[in-house]
Amino acid sequence: MIAARARGRPEIEWANWKDARPAAAACPTGAISYQDENGRRTVRIDLAKCTFCGLCADVDEAIRMTSVCECATRRREDLETRAVYNLHPDGSHGGMISPPAHATPAQSESLEVLGQKIKERAKEMFGRSLHIRQVDAGSCNGCEMEIVSLNGPVYDIERFGIHFVASPRHADLLLVTGPVTRNMELALKRTYAAVPEPRLVVAVGACGCSGGIFGVNYATRGAVDAVIPVDVYIPGCPPNPWALLHGILLAMGRWPEKADRGRQERETAGAGADAFSPPRNGLPSGCARSKLAPGFRPV
Amino acid sequence: MTVSTALLPVLDDLNKRFKGRLDAVRAPRADEIYIHAQMDLVAGFTAHLCRRWQARLVSLFADDARAGEGAFHLFYVFALDAARGFVLLRVPVPPEKPEFASLTNAIPAVNWQEREIQDWFGLKLIGHPNPRRCALHDDWPEVYPLRKDFDLRTELPPFQGARHKFREVEGEGVFQVPVGPVHAGVIEPGHFLFSVAGEPVLYLQLRLFYTHKGTEKLFENLPLPHCVRLAESISGDSGFAHATAFCHAVERAADTEAPPRARFLRSICLELERLHNHLGDIGAICTDVAFVTVNMHCLRLKERVLRLNESLTGNRLLRGMACLGGVRFDFDAGQIQSLRQFAAALRPEFESVVQLIESSASTLDRLKGTGVLKPEVARDLGVSGIAGRASGLDRDLRRDFPHAAYEAVKIHVPLYQAGDVEHRMRVRIAEARESLSLLEQFAAKLPDGPTRVEVGEPPPGATALGWVEGWRGEIFHWIRAAPGGRLARCKVKDPSLQNWPALSEAILGNIIPDFPVVNKSFNLSYSGTDR
Ligand code: SF4
Ligand code: SF4
Repeated sequence: MIAARARGRPEIEWANWKDARPAAAACPTGAISYQDENGRRTVRIDLAKCTFCGLCADVDEAIRMTSVCECATRRREDLETRAVYNLHPDGSHGGMISPPAHATPAQSESLEVLGQKIKERAKEMFGRSLHIRQVDAGSCNGCEMEIVSLNGPVYDIERFGIHFVASPRHADLLLVTGPVTRNMELALKRTYAAVPEPRLVVAVGACGCSGGIFGVNYATRGAVDAVIPVDVYIPGCPPNPWALLHGILLAMGRWPEKADRGRQERETAGAGADAFSPPRNGLPSGCARSKLAPGFRPV
Repeated sequence: MTVSTALLPVLDDLNKRFKGRLDAVRAPRADEIYIHAQMDLVAGFTAHLCRRWQARLVSLFADDARAGEGAFHLFYVFALDAARGFVLLRVPVPPEKPEFASLTNAIPAVNWQEREIQDWFGLKLIGHPNPRRCALHDDWPEVYPLRKDFDLRTELPPFQGARHKFREVEGEGVFQVPVGPVHAGVIEPGHFLFSVAGEPVLYLQLRLFYTHKGTEKLFENLPLPHCVRLAESISGDSGFAHATAFCHAVERAADTEAPPRARFLRSICLELERLHNHLGDIGAICTDVAFVTVNMHCLRLKERVLRLNESLTGNRLLRGMACLGGVRFDFDAGQIQSLRQFAAALRPEFESVVQLIESSASTLDRLKGTGVLKPEVARDLGVSGIAGRASGLDRDLRRDFPHAAYEAVKIHVPLYQAGDVEHRMRVRIAEARESLSLLEQFAAKLPDGPTRVEVGEPPPGATALGWVEGWRGEIFHWIRAAPGGRLARCKVKDPSLQNWPALSEAILGNIIPDFPVVNKSFNLSYSGTDR
């Protein structure tokens, strides 16, 4: 087999899928799974677990690897697609009963277009730039390699107004790689608490989104959202720089809604609800330093 | 039992010297001898093997064989560079008396590995100078995760216990600076506690294993093909090297060998991995002494390697390429051509970056004499890879124990003596050049043929050692097969585990602001250490 091009997410020909068992057995992370009940089979593909390895496509003609890597979503459940089939006596399946709910296909945009969007949005929301604090909560360091690439001259994300900062107190967004280990759980919670509100959290990689191949075991808690709330999930193993930028952009779309919610919560709960969170920029709570465009809609 | 001719005299000598005290000797492979003996022989056996045959104790681990053989086993893995072979000493530890004698006082290199066994298997260390917890943090309950009666999915209560008590360092004007586990950069987590008097560092205590993910236990719970993917995730920057070392072990256990073309393709990928990591490190070392321009050039060149990786294997970090019995993807003529063009085009660009570094006297001045790891200290700590070669340790598994296709090419192993940051960088520069030359040699000599063979299930109980010289140093995987294409044990040895204590030595007397550059010059993997 010749590797012709980059592997992104797998795509399934749902209507013609005959048997999910070989692909499920080949999948190292359980991203493809099925459940048989009462003569029906529910098949699931969970991009949060997928490492884009392509082993499923090797054993199943109904699966094809695409080069689409930008798969970030704002809701965990959007990464999962399931369909229900009639189960045949020989163990294969056919006759789709309920068709898959299609997640919105991500468009591949050029780096420049993505970057410009981020820049505009950052300007709109933060006045100038977006500050990111990266936290490794237990990754294998593959995700870190690609995050480092973002800072190089080829991607050079500083020109879009994104800075990696040293302290969570200076950060707008936490970029968390995982799986969250038992030994890092407390450190991650503390780092989260040290970020001023409203804060964004982006879970990076199959491990950050779902625990990946490590899953949940005696030493890991699995996904980042098992420990702190997550705003955006970026699948991949590791996600490449485009996928990372796409996810960061998506997270920024959540800002207005979070800022509003944060303001309301403070007004009802009273200030000082979270002793670890100083008000942003020393301003009283509720004064987001940004000027939010009225009627701004998140992507 | 056929033993390689180079190992025969060693075996004869051991038989003679320890007459009647070796319970069994077997050689499942010509270059891998297992010797069974009792605990009281370990110290004498080790001392003799190291002195008489210049053996190196490269790995020490335990295996819970209570079910089959009624005991835990300790394995002491010796590499005999001159004889191109490995001797594994196997020693039983009875479950009724779960303890073993420490070798750390004689061989400091095994300090952490012994404590790891104590933590993970509950075998008590006798005579260890610092037998405190290492691989499990202080707040962990009394559990022994690698024992067979411990379930992988056991739910442990969340962290809540006391923090680790570091050793006190006292004296007038001495104060301590804690750093981590979350660091101020895009790096992995770990805790460093510096004790300083004025500027110079008096003592550095390392607290790692924050990213412990239960990897070795997980190997025992996955089918073999999935284990290859897990091996890729031991340390992301060495994903291909780890996965290949793992495949090497399984192939040896199953008595198969990857076909020639596959071995060449493996070597090509290993060199690509070396190249992009070395480029990244050279740049990062320069950044830490404020010569950012070099870093930008290095990251630019590194990106080109990553893109080549992607065009060759479908993934920028070569993930998904390794598999049992060979490699998953073949390269066509066009891809080989682009590989050769790439190597030719990168060389002059790399040389101009090297010139840029050489042209900056202030940079070289900052690197020279900083973070010195003395050759004798490096030897005592068993430091491997780049850090060893910068401190006069002339070792490289590619040359000494040729794996993949390294036997087919000429390898020049760079050797430096000063053990400072500059020399660790110079080793990388020389190796990056060498990698470019190796890529061209492999591309030119690439044989035709299949890229993969079927690897049958290794017979239950079969054990085998696999190895690869990763970009950072020696990687070892050892497996014991279980029925049904499963593993009863997979021991992973990343060079980082070996090299971390060397960092504590190299930083002594340096100032804290130099720590980042000294640390970067080792660039050890936290995840590879913690697993
Ligand atoms: S690409 Fe790999 S991880 Fe993703 S579904 Fe297929 S087999 Fe599973
Ligand atoms: S997602 Fe992949 S690259 Fe990232 S930490 Fe997990 S295994 Fe490593």
